[in-house]
Order: sequence, then C-alpha cells, then structure tokens
Amino acid sequence: MAEKTPLVQMENISIAFGGIHAVEDASVDLHVGEVVALVGHNGAGKSTLIKILSGAYKRDAGTIFVNGEEAQINNPRDAKAYGIETIYQTLALADNVDAAANLFLGRELRTAWGTLDDVAMESETRKVMARLNPRFQRFKDPVSRLSGGQRQSVAIARAIHFNARILIMDEPTAALGPQETKQVSDLVRQLKQDGIGIFLISHDIHDVFDLADRVVVMKNGQVVGTGSTKDVTEDEVLGMIILGKCPPGAIPGPGALQTAAA
Amino acid sequence: MTDVTSSAPEQGASTTNSSLPSRFLKATELDTRMLGMLGALAIIWLGFHLLSGGLFLTPRNLWNLSVQSASVAVMSTGMVLVIVTRNIDLSVGSLLGFVGMIMGVTQTSLLPDWLGFGHPAIWIIALAVGLLAGALIGALQGFIIAFLGVPAFIVTLGGLLIWRGAAWWVTSGRTVAPMDPLFRLMGGGPGGAIGAFWSWVVGIVACVALVGMLVQARRQRSKFHFPLRPLWAEGFLGTVGCAFILGAVAVVNSYPWPSAIARRYAEANNIPVPDGGLFIAHGIAVPVLIAIGIGIVMTFLAMRTRFGRYVFAIGGNPEAAELAGINTRWVVMKVFILMGVLAAVASAISTARLNAATNAQGTLDELLVIAAAVIGGTSLGGGVGTIAGAMIGAVLMQSLATGMILLGVDTPLQNIVVGAVLIVAVWLDTLYRKRTQ
Repeated sequence: MAEKTPLVQMENISIAFGGIHAVEDASVDLHVGEVVALVGHNGAGKSTLIKILSGAYKRDAGTIFVNGEEAQINNPRDAKAYGIETIYQTLALADNVDAAANLFLGRELRTAWGTLDDVAMESETRKVMARLNPRFQRFKDPVSRLSGGQRQSVAIARAIHFNARILIMDEPTAALGPQETKQVSDLVRQLKQDGIGIFLISHDIHDVFDLADRVVVMKNGQVVGTGSTKDVTEDEVLGMIILGKCPPGAIPGPGALQTAAA
Repeated sequence: MTDVTSSAPEQGASTTNSSLPSRFLKATELDTRMLGMLGALAIIWLGFHLLSGGLFLTPRNLWNLSVQSASVAVMSTGMVLVIVTRNIDLSVGSLLGFVGMIMGVTQTSLLPDWLGFGHPAIWIIALAVGLLAGALIGALQGFIIAFLGVPAFIVTLGGLLIWRGAAWWVTSGRTVAPMDPLFRLMGGGPGGAIGAFWSWVVGIVACVALVGMLVQARRQRSKFHFPLRPLWAEGFLGTVGCAFILGAVAVVNSYPWPSAIARRYAEANNIPVPDGGLFIAHGIAVPVLIAIGIGIVMTFLAMRTRFGRYVFAIGGNPEAAELAGINTRWVVMKVFILMGVLAAVASAISTARLNAATNAQGTLDELLVIAAAVIGGTSLGGGVGTIAGAMIGAVLMQSLATGMILLGVDTPLQNIVVGAVLIVAVWLDTLYRKRTQ
C-alpha cells in the first residue's frame, strides 16, 4: 500500500449534525490515476464524507492530507485551491444563468478593465462542450431550460475545465440515459489516464466494478471495509453494504461487523 | 379515425409558424417582455391623453413626470438586486425620510455655523454625509440579515419603524427648510435643469455611445466567430434608439421656463425680451440625469461585473453559489449597502425638490419601489430582474398617479387602481413566464 504517497488521504474524519454521527472515524485514500468508489445505503455517510473533502462541510475531527501534506480545507474555495473539483449529486447549478456563467462561477474571466469577459468565457465554454457534448448548442439559454443530460455535462465541464487533480463525482449518472451514461464512463477512463484521482459515489454496483480500482463500503457513517475490485466479488460488496460483513479479500474498517459486535 | 387525421396538420402548421414579427424579434434579439412593458406604457399615456382632453402628452406634463419618477426610479434599481437575492427591503421609505432629515440639518444648522452661510461646499458635504449615513444603515441591516441570519422581511420591517422614528427624533418632528440653493438643483425646477444646449449635447453623446456599443459588441462577437445579428437589425436598433433619445431631448427642450422667471432672468442678465415673451427651455432635469446615470451604473454593475454575476447566481441557487466558492453573505451585505446609498440619493432628490426635509417624507415609498421592481419583471422568487425594467416600472407607476390626478380622480380611488394594476401586472407576467418556460 505505501509504495507511493497517496494523492489524498482522509484520516479519522468525524462529523456530527445535532448529535447524529453522520461520519465517524472514517479513513479513505486515493492515488494518482485511481478510481475509488464509495458505496453504501442512503444515509451511510458517503456524500457527507465527500462534502468534507470538497469544503462544503467542516469536519469535527480528523486530518486531510493532499500529496502527503496536511491540507487546510475550510470552504469550497480552499478545496479548489488544492485542485479538488466536485460534481454534486444536485449538480449545484445556478438555474437562471447560462452555461458559461455556471462554468466560470466563482472564477470568472475578466477583461483588462476588471469587467466580466463574457465573450472569452463563452468561447472557452464552446471549446469544453465541443469535447464533452458535441451536439450542445444552447449557450445563451439559462441552464433551467436544458435537459438533464445537458445540465449534467455543464456540471462535468465545470469540474474538469480547471485542471482538477482530484475529482469527486457524486452519482454522476443518476439522471442520465444509457447513451449518456456510457459517455460519462468513457470520460472517467480518459481522466484516469490523465492521472486524475477520482472518488466515485454510485448506487450502481455494475458501474462500480466496471470503473473503479478499489471500493470503499460505508454503513451508518463508518467504513465497513476497503477492497480492490479484483479481490472482492459483487456479492461480497452487497454483503458489506447490507450486513456490514467484511470479506477476507478486503481490509476491514471500524464499521465492520466483528468490531460492531464486540 | 377521421378526427385524428384532420387534427394533425393543424398542429404541424402552428409549430412551424415563423411569422414576420417572430423573425424580427429573433433577428434583433429584443426582449419581448420589455417591449410589452413599453407597449403598456404607450397605451397608458395615450389613454390618459385622450381622456384628459390632450393634457397628458405635453412637454410640461412629461417633464414633470420625469422629475417625479426620479426618486422612486433610483431606489427601484437597488431593489431589483435586493429582490434578486431573494430578500426584500421594506425600510427604504423610512430610510429616505431619516437620511433626508440628516442632510437637512447638516446643511441648514450644522455647516452654516462652521463654514458660514451660503458656502459653496455645503451642498456636497451634506450630500456626502447623507450617502455615508445611507451606507452605514444599509450595512447594519445587511449585516444582521446576511451574517446573523435574521430574515430580511423582519429586519427591514423593524427598520421601517426604527428609521421613521429616528427621522422624527432628529428635530423632534420640526420640518427643516429651506435647503441650500446649490443642493436644491438636484430637485429640478427651472434652475435644476441643464438647458437646451447641454441637453442636445447629452442626447448626441448618448447616441454616439449607443452606436459605439453596437459596433463594439459586433466586433467582439465576430472576433470569436459567434453568430451575428443581421446588419439591418443592428441598423434598426441604432436608428430607433437614437430617434428615441433625440425625441426625448426635443420634448424636454420644448418646455419653457415660466414667463415670470424668464423675465426676471432676462432683466438680471440684460437680455432684451422679444414680443410674446422670452423662450428659455428647461432641458433635461438634474434629478432625471442622476436617475439615468444611476440606471446606467447599476446596469453595468449587474451585467458586467463579478458582483452582479454573483448576485444573480445567489438568487438562482444560493447553495450552488456557496459551493462555487462565492462569499454569499458578503455579497448580500453589499447589496444592502448599495440599497442604503441609493435610498440616500433618492432622499437628496426628493428633499431638494420639496426644498424641505420632513419626518413623513418617503412614507409608503417602499411599496412604490417594490411595485416598480415587480412590475418591471423582477421575480419575487429571486434570480430574475432587470434594472431598466424596474425604472420603466417606476415611470409606469408615476404615469398612473399623474394621469389620475389630471383626470381629477379621488385619492382613495387612485390607490385602488394602483393596487389593482400591480396585481394584474404580476398576473400577466406569471402567464408570460409560464408560456416561455
């Protein structure tokens, strides 16, 4: 495991909302060019854990290392400064403005006068979208008028345009049809080749085994176990999700059944 | 079976229908909503003109209408941003009253003691004090709303009472008058207008700027190979825009000074008075210039700066704006600071026009301002609104009030009509949005 410094290391992360431990003592890591899937029931704490990394939530305890150095992530701006980009399950788009405005939200291009350089931003957006979704033409419409797939591609474009090193994808294919889902899968493989580390949250076990190198299972805010997708089977992962039973092929976490029973 | 087949071609025909007006709108990229408002305004003006027997569309009435709209128009530009961020400001009327009292006292009792009566710097210091007071009050309310999380409705409802009370407190209810002569220029009147020559200058500069902007925008778009408007559409926009500007200047330049004032002015400056009286045009009124200037600055802020972009993004999806790394609380606080400053500008205009500061000044203005913004297409759900729309909304509200006064409608009935118009306007807007969605 320790042959290389991990890209991201989250150690003993805990967060509680009004007495409910949404995430408890969770540790995950991610290497360069690796896809790590986070799976578990609704409310298992996957999204919460990932929102701590993206700066949306402030952790109560634990440490985050980026490239082996301790990282101070207290808000989304901090996370972006470390090259951590997120595609949220809700997409987090401002519905009333157009694709370019969303793509550059918080990082607007400006002219020499300090004003918004809309033309340059639209031009950049046209370039990114040509790569992601070549048929996309509705650059002037507010994103509320776009289809689910088009909105998703705007959210993805925003995450990959700024040279992300670490990409968090929270249910990236939940709103998509089969054709678009395949596009996203191809994109994930391409980004992986570019050396980007990806945290993938998904409910689709097939997707997970198709794309991920390792899988981390969470239950009730705790990590049940971590295993390479080569060493565990789909049924074993389902057993981890449902029962919290850690198979021999995986490294057990604090939430594994034997610890819980003790 | 026959029913089904017969209905099919009809549907096809209606969807492929690309008539001349729709192609025209597409080519010029004009906002149909804005055109609708201008159309409504034209109907109201023509209606009052006919009903009043030709009293409405006169240079005199239109000039007065422009001056009377200025104060509410200035505040409505700020209210757009407040409402776009999903907030509301009920305190602007009281704020106007309180800041007016502060400026009044500053220029009538504090500064003359210190600088001497009639010192030329009095007006600008008084104005600066007022703007500062407006900014501070806006900052206080904005801080409580953005950082302490108290709903804007409650904070500004409290402000409505607090600042009205404070306005009384400044002089224990005594009216402050008269204002400094230079300060009074901000309120209009024969002195507070820039005259025929400078009005033409302003008009021509505005036309040149309009054409320059069209050319610049076209050049930018062609540099990046974006689709362009057809040339005839550009020419049409430029021509109509310039015609409108120069037409407005011509109207205000055909409203002469009252003959008595013109005669006194002629005597003072040794100008011979011709037969039939001396014709000295008012030209554009200073408060109207202020309002137009603020409209341009606010439109620039809203459309061309990061601040404006963030305001709209927060209104569209506050959570997304936060996740994009925008300091949403600080943006909201800035919006309220801006609103306070604009209320102070409006206060200067109305105090100067009345030539007095009273503690009841601006009562119910908050409702006129909110109504102007909403009639102008600002959605109370947040995220949608334009500065120009709100300013036209302000003119529309004032046109209704002025027109009904010309017709001799009783005040209670005026209120009923204005209230009904507000509701109908928002209802029509809701229908329009549903159709275009």
